[in-house]
Amino acid sequence: MKVLLTGSSSLLGAQTVRALAQRGDTVAVMQRHPSTVADELGLTQHLGDVVDPQVATAAVEGADTVIHLAARVGVVGTRRQFFETNVVGTRVMLAAAKEAGVQRFVFVSSPSVAHTGRALAGCSAQPADPRHAKGEYSKSKALAEREVLAADGTGITTIAVRPHLVWGPGDTQLVGRIVERARQGRLALVAGGRPLIDTTYLDNAVDALVAAADRAEAGRGRAFIVSNGEPRTVDEMIARICEAAGERPPERSVPRAAAWMAGAVAETAWKVAGRDDDPPMTRFLAGQLGTAHWFDLRETREVLQWQPAVSLDEGFARLAASFA
Amino acid sequence: MSLPPSGLSGLDPAWSREVTAVDSTGVERTWHVLDSGAGERGTLLCVHGNPSWSYLWRRLVAAPPPGWRVIAVDQMDMGFSDRTGTVRRLAQRIDDLDTVTAALGLTGPVVTVAHDWGGPVSLGWALRHTDQLAGVVLSNTGVHQPEESSAPTVIRAARTPGVLSVVTRNTRNFIRGGLFFSKPVPAPQIRKGYYAPYNKAARRLAIEQFVQDIPLEPGHPSAATLDAIADGLGALQDVPVLLLWGPRDPVFSDIYLRDLLGRMPHADVHRYEGSSHFVPEDAPTYAADVAAWVQDLGTQRPPREVSVARPLWDGVAQRRGDPAPAVIEMGSSARTISFGDLHNRIENIAAGMAASGIEAGDRIALLVQPGVDLTAILYGLWRRGAVVVVVDAGLGLRGIRTALRSAGPKYVIGGFKGLAAARTMGLAAQFISVGEAPGIKAVLTLDEIEERGAHAPVPDPPSATDPAALAFTSGATGPAKGVLYLHGQLQAQREALASLYSITTSDRLVAAFGPFALMGAALGIPSVVPDMNLTAPRTLTAQALADAVAAVDATMVFASPAALANIARTRTGVPAMPGVRLLLSTGAPVPAELLREVLSLFPSAQAHAPYGMTEVLPVADIDLKVMEAVGRGNGTCVGHPVPGVVVRISALDASGNATGSLSDQPWVTGEVCVQAAHTKQRYDRLWVTERAASRDVGWHRTGDVGHFDDHGRLWIEGRLVHVIVTADGPVTPVGRERRVESIPAVQRAAAVGIGPRGAQQVVIVAETESARSGLAPDGLRDVVRDVLREDVDDIPAVLTVSALPVDIRHNSKIDRVRVGRWAERVLNGGRVGTP
Repeated sequence: MKVLLTGSSSLLGAQTVRALAQRGDTVAVMQRHPSTVADELGLTQHLGDVVDPQVATAAVEGADTVIHLAARVGVVGTRRQFFETNVVGTRVMLAAAKEAGVQRFVFVSSPSVAHTGRALAGCSAQPADPRHAKGEYSKSKALAEREVLAADGTGITTIAVRPHLVWGPGDTQLVGRIVERARQGRLALVAGGRPLIDTTYLDNAVDALVAAADRAEAGRGRAFIVSNGEPRTVDEMIARICEAAGERPPERSVPRAAAWMAGAVAETAWKVAGRDDDPPMTRFLAGQLGTAHWFDLRETREVLQWQPAVSLDEGFARLAASFA
Repeated sequence: MSLPPSGLSGLDPAWSREVTAVDSTGVERTWHVLDSGAGERGTLLCVHGNPSWSYLWRRLVAAPPPGWRVIAVDQMDMGFSDRTGTVRRLAQRIDDLDTVTAALGLTGPVVTVAHDWGGPVSLGWALRHTDQLAGVVLSNTGVHQPEESSAPTVIRAARTPGVLSVVTRNTRNFIRGGLFFSKPVPAPQIRKGYYAPYNKAARRLAIEQFVQDIPLEPGHPSAATLDAIADGLGALQDVPVLLLWGPRDPVFSDIYLRDLLGRMPHADVHRYEGSSHFVPEDAPTYAADVAAWVQDLGTQRPPREVSVARPLWDGVAQRRGDPAPAVIEMGSSARTISFGDLHNRIENIAAGMAASGIEAGDRIALLVQPGVDLTAILYGLWRRGAVVVVVDAGLGLRGIRTALRSAGPKYVIGGFKGLAAARTMGLAAQFISVGEAPGIKAVLTLDEIEERGAHAPVPDPPSATDPAALAFTSGATGPAKGVLYLHGQLQAQREALASLYSITTSDRLVAAFGPFALMGAALGIPSVVPDMNLTAPRTLTAQALADAVAAVDATMVFASPAALANIARTRTGVPAMPGVRLLLSTGAPVPAELLREVLSLFPSAQAHAPYGMTEVLPVADIDLKVMEAVGRGNGTCVGHPVPGVVVRISALDASGNATGSLSDQPWVTGEVCVQAAHTKQRYDRLWVTERAASRDVGWHRTGDVGHFDDHGRLWIEGRLVHVIVTADGPVTPVGRERRVESIPAVQRAAAVGIGPRGAQQVVIVAETESARSGLAPDGLRDVVRDVLREDVDDIPAVLTVSALPVDIRHNSKIDRVRVGRWAERVLNGGRVGTP
């Protein structure tokens, strides 16, 4: 396979690049700044923004598969900023790929594109819902996913993968923030930490992206949720991450409504102050931490012929080793 | 006429068609009908009531029985049929239906399906077309106003001048009111469907006229038509009839069901417990049930053979010359009766009942405490040929009410307490009092019956194929179900118990378990009920038991695990009872440790635990020594099937359904299926349940899940409805619960599934002494995962509670469905509360 992967500076991107290169695929990458993994493996790099058609056209040249992972993530930013990178950027990449005769377009999405705020217990992949998805990130990803999947069959095969809460050694997003907050004693649980959530150990998410590229024909036009298939309470997940990092787990818990209020206040305060770091609580986070979201992986397993190879227990052992 | 607007929930516009024809008054009219399209086997002709339209039948139109066509007519002036400006009375409506079927050219077999006041219309049509009538399905309807019904009050109130128009025509309230009777109230989009044809007062005119056309008084213009239909039902004795009933209907109550059953005793009945008037709305499975029933038409099941042994009262009759006590009561107001006196009372009661107009086949509920009177009445009723409705006080007051309403007894026999309770249950039954019952209107007393009986002939006894008893399941998994036994089946049960435990007339019984307290007389052995509250077996002390044993020098003691637990607690200082040869624990699974502990009181006894259920008992039996020897496994070992009983397993498939063919292969988990002469005849007024339970001819599906081991011993793994279906296949609860219960801090555990079937996760809910409800402490969680490691399930969470919900009767059967719902709520981030 000749693969172009966008967003190789992220942990998931970098690990996916490694996995593809290791099995002998030709890999090129594209992102704004040179990435460590590309330097290390000596891969072709296309530097630039995903919204730039010229860079995109040059990048897809010669590729038969695009794995589009580059995105604006997090909670900080305006609707316009998210739209620009995640929707316009995806359009540009998709158009360039079609133009260049790329066969497969794998869109890395998120289960939050279909999460309207209610608890999800054992749900299969529902259609992306930009109107009701919570937060600008999810809305923009939902719009983009819908467009990508709608483009299937128009001279290109498209597929979307929705890994849920990816974590592992070196992860600064989930693990990093939890550990940092725990260190500062600023970590609190929402709703007693009881909600059950699915997460994905890094290697399993990498396997799923590779599987999606391999099985794009079988899963064409559809979205697939990826997780470890071992839901745990928020309380247990946070405690075990803290434990692996040698930090004390949180003991405080705030009710869901209080967390939501605190999130609303913090978001406004951050906006007024013009801060670009993450507020300590957001409404999106309150929802994520305060309601269950775990999934039915049967379709993903069957269609992508993928299995989570690393169990949570093994994942935590590896995480602890990375902190040691 | 017009067509339904597009987008009505559950309605396919392609079903709508117009039927234009000249009606019996010579005027051309157009009807709106829903039509599922051609069917080579016949047609289901569906008629709605008031206020409604063919929308009511949309689920049936969507899924007709294979080969059948479904036609659902909007009655004239209703739904989307023409508005005529005429008053259409019942006779005209029957003519109208005739006109429609003629115009449609329906000449093949027809099954009429009707609800509410559509009932008389469809029956009127049926009586005119008996040559093509293949079956009759009726739901919450009537052909006659029974005197005791309250419906006329409701309708009369609605017909008060000035009220009717306001309610039915000027507003949508009559439709709304009808829909809000529904349990649960239909969703807004469904309500919208019902309102659709009635959006203007002018379009609602017929709703009012329909109410006015109900003949409440003689001389009413439609009275003669309705009476003719009611009288004509006798002509349908060879036509299969299915009555689908919503028991919570405030208008067409169970009294109407009884009236219809009196006219069509051969009818199949299914009561949807919890459903109200709009059965097709409240019980959406009705469509599949009707389809199943229609498919069964013309297929004949071989009748089950009923074995014949000695009559139930023969045990007493054989010993009538014996001065030995037959029944001994313990406690303050204790009485004793000899076999001779008991025999006389049984015959007097039977004769007195017959002389008082109680017929063979009449249903009679007993709300009498176990003891001398209850034994005499029970066997007297059996001797008379009446059907005894036995409700266990362990069902609780609400459970008893539900059970009695479903049974619909003609009489209730009770003491003051029993009748006082029965009075509040809204039963259409007459009361017979045992002893003083001040303030309660009883038509007869037991004394009067016995006096009459002393001078009246003893009636002919019933035969082995006559119904004898209606017992109720414990309702641990849904509403209690009525279970009907024939005399021959109860005789077979007595024989099975006698041979299994080598019971002879030299035995003497102490029965601290309701159902068995009455068995002694049938076995022809003296029996004692210890001084205890039989509804709360936990109250039996070791001393009270010892007193009872001493009273007859008992050889056998039957008790429930709850009673045994208290006996174990209170046994200090109570001397051993070497005369007892058999200790039987019955009613619920018993821990071996408990049985062993109690056995220390009975040094010469063997301890056994039979396995069975209300529908068939005994099925299997296990000796305490075997129980101790088999150790732990996936479930609870209940031993080998007893002689005369065949057990097979119907394997669970990947979706957790028991679809496997009956097999005795070891280590295959599936539904336990039983064949025995002492199996129930059928579930009562639960046609759908009965069809599912006996879908293998000659076998009863127990609803329990289990497997055989290499030695042919049966292990029970839980209830079929409690099977957890994960992405990797079905998981059964009991074995896992037993292992979790081996953790010292855990008193009781439930393994439940959360999430949708097929993608469920296994969650353990543990009852611990000091527990707050919520997530288990990390330590306990890890220990639970550890003990379950060999089951390879992933356990996402462990919860604790201070008390798991259990059934009232046995205080041991966990309501796992409820626990599962609670666990899901907690783990979704909802309120904790209690399960």
